[in-house]
Amino acid sequence: MLKLDALMMDENELKKEADTAEDVSIINCLGQRYLGCARKKGHMLLSGTPGNGLASYLDGARIDVDGNVQDAVADTMNSGLVTIHGSAGDALCYAMRGGRVFVSGNAGYRAGVHMKAYKDKQSLLIIGGTAGSFLGEYLAGGTIIVLGLNKGDDSPLTGFFCGNGMYAGTIYIRSRVKPVNLSDTLSWSVMSEMEKQEELVPLLSDYVKIFSLSLDAVLAGTFARIRADSSKISKQLYAAV
Amino acid sequence: MNNFSRFRINLRKEDCISCRSCVKQCSFNAISWNEETKSLVFNHAGCTDCQRCVSFCPRGALFITRNENTFAPHSLYTEKVLRELFIQSETGGVLLSSMGSPAEKVPVYFDHLLLNASQVTNPSIDPLREPMETRTFLGRRPAHAQRGTDGKLVNNLLPHLDLQTPILFSAMSYGAVSLNVQKALARAAEKLGTYFNCGEGGLHESLYRYSANTIVQVASGRFGVHETYLNSASAIEIKIGQGAKPGIGGHLTGAKIIGDVSATRMVPEGVDAISPAPHHDIYSIEDLRQLVSSLKEATGYRKPVIVKVAAVHNIAPIASGIARSGADIIAIDGFRGGTGAAPMRIRDNVGLPIELAVAVVDQRLRDERIRNQVSIIASGGIRCSTDVVKALALGADAVSIGTAALCALGCHLCASCSSGKCAWGLATQNPELVKRLDPDQGADNLVRLVSAWTREIKEIMGGMGINSIEALKGNRLALRAVGLNEKELEILGVRYGGE
Repeated sequence: MLKLDALMMDENELKKEADTAEDVSIINCLGQRYLGCARKKGHMLLSGTPGNGLASYLDGARIDVDGNVQDAVADTMNSGLVTIHGSAGDALCYAMRGGRVFVSGNAGYRAGVHMKAYKDKQSLLIIGGTAGSFLGEYLAGGTIIVLGLNKGDDSPLTGFFCGNGMYAGTIYIRSRVKPVNLSDTLSWSVMSEMEKQEELVPLLSDYVKIFSLSLDAVLAGTFARIRADSSKISKQLYAAV
Repeated sequence: MNNFSRFRINLRKEDCISCRSCVKQCSFNAISWNEETKSLVFNHAGCTDCQRCVSFCPRGALFITRNENTFAPHSLYTEKVLRELFIQSETGGVLLSSMGSPAEKVPVYFDHLLLNASQVTNPSIDPLREPMETRTFLGRRPAHAQRGTDGKLVNNLLPHLDLQTPILFSAMSYGAVSLNVQKALARAAEKLGTYFNCGEGGLHESLYRYSANTIVQVASGRFGVHETYLNSASAIEIKIGQGAKPGIGGHLTGAKIIGDVSATRMVPEGVDAISPAPHHDIYSIEDLRQLVSSLKEATGYRKPVIVKVAAVHNIAPIASGIARSGADIIAIDGFRGGTGAAPMRIRDNVGLPIELAVAVVDQRLRDERIRNQVSIIASGGIRCSTDVVKALALGADAVSIGTAALCALGCHLCASCSSGKCAWGLATQNPELVKRLDPDQGADNLVRLVSAWTREIKEIMGGMGINSIEALKGNRLALRAVGLNEKELEILGVRYGGE
């Protein structure tokens, strides 16, 4: 594995060096942007704080970050795995098309906006802590899970406008408290134990392993499921002239 | 209801041989055959005046007219206004229209501009005898010429597009138009040495081989966007807006997401494909810069990035921001830009004519001394070669054509694209209708059209005593205006005829 120290490197230099190897470990990341952009293969181990646009268009590689990440991480990601042992900034997983992003901490505003799914490409975003406003807006497919492990299942875990305009896909929230101003075109249903086992265990099993959590402890909380209510989605009514 | 139909289908009975070709051709169910009476039955209300039946009548027996029935004339409440009131009170729907805006009160500035020609003092050039350069390069120019230690020029050119003529094909997505339309555009672009743009619906695999002549689009929905897609093109266009519907997102209904359209967009069959109005990862020029950079990162800095915006009131500062975002080319789509479907009120009331937009953007970028950092592609109502020449003289580097290209493929502007029933097989996914366009014949038509325009452009330039597109760009002294006021002249940067 190629080992790099990012401390005194600018982002172009760092990217160029990092691109010379499939497997690379970078310490002391300090805001250098676009690391792992469109990376297809191999393993990237980052520590410090990588900059905006990390893992955008990621196309199969695995990226592990020991630290927090900034904005626009996994933008239009296609496949692969990103694990963040810390928190993420805004616009996480925008228009993500496939692959998995696991965050142990919190996510900022606009996480998971317009994520989608098609055939074997099923995007999955799991946030261990809480998420900011506009989580999963325009969700077109795929799955978002917010665990709120730092909060407990009796607190709100998201900000305003959670899931606004979503028309496919699912958001799972580990809380009995409905997000504030949840749109009335969305359904909110608290899950039964059996549903939790069936739907959540396959999604969470790798996450709990990676972050050394107990699956039972995570599942012990109340989970609710948010989906688009197709009977209520207000379709714009058009009349051709 | 037939009594109030917009058009009437007329038959010269003595010429009709009852071949029923018109019945077969009409995809709007406006013509049928009554087996009992052995005669044609017309449902005038269905007629869109697409001229398909007329074109295919072997005896010229059919013709379409406007309905002679007249609503009580009123200068304010015209027939158009009344029809819209009736439709909305009946359906409760947002009025949906297709093709570019026909708004009559918004001036077509091209028609007010006259071109110059050489007489006596500076000789005109005969393009038949002398070389006339229409080759055009789009993209950022290096700030300085660079020389190596041996004194020879170092090639420090940045990635750019190389066009044999300053005309591209505008973005039209697979879904809005048929795959055969895209095939015709791709083949024509290859023969002409220019580019077609696949729009936001992804790129069908059969078109990957035209990558040297392809521009791919990244719109807010990011449908079909992945690394292979980005690398299958000569340039990447970030679509922020479109002239026919500035500020409005796109919505392809689930009913149209079938078969290959679904596979190409990577949207499950039957699920709506919504392109949100904004890109939710772009809230500022800095954010735009980030998307431009990440696209360049993903494609190894080998492809120029285009940012397409609708011409709106603050277009000059917006363009300045785009130029500073690292984009190589700005595509500006004007008020009359075409569309497969747009809310009519938006189409007919929002935005700026392309002539004003190009003039102010070119001026602003020159004033800020960043004009050579970006090229400008103008679109939105480019109908003929003189529109191209005038757009270039106002400051564009090239133009793109959508509607004009569709007309070469058979479109007669019936503006029913959103119905999905296009009788010419263009704006439809119905397999029976799609077959009506032969991509090779279509490509030939497109090649003839653009070649004819290019010949005209050469002739016009020759008449002006100019022998290259470079010398025409932003050359507003080649233009004089008639019928415009002083403010319009000031904004266009053009003098009045006779001045």
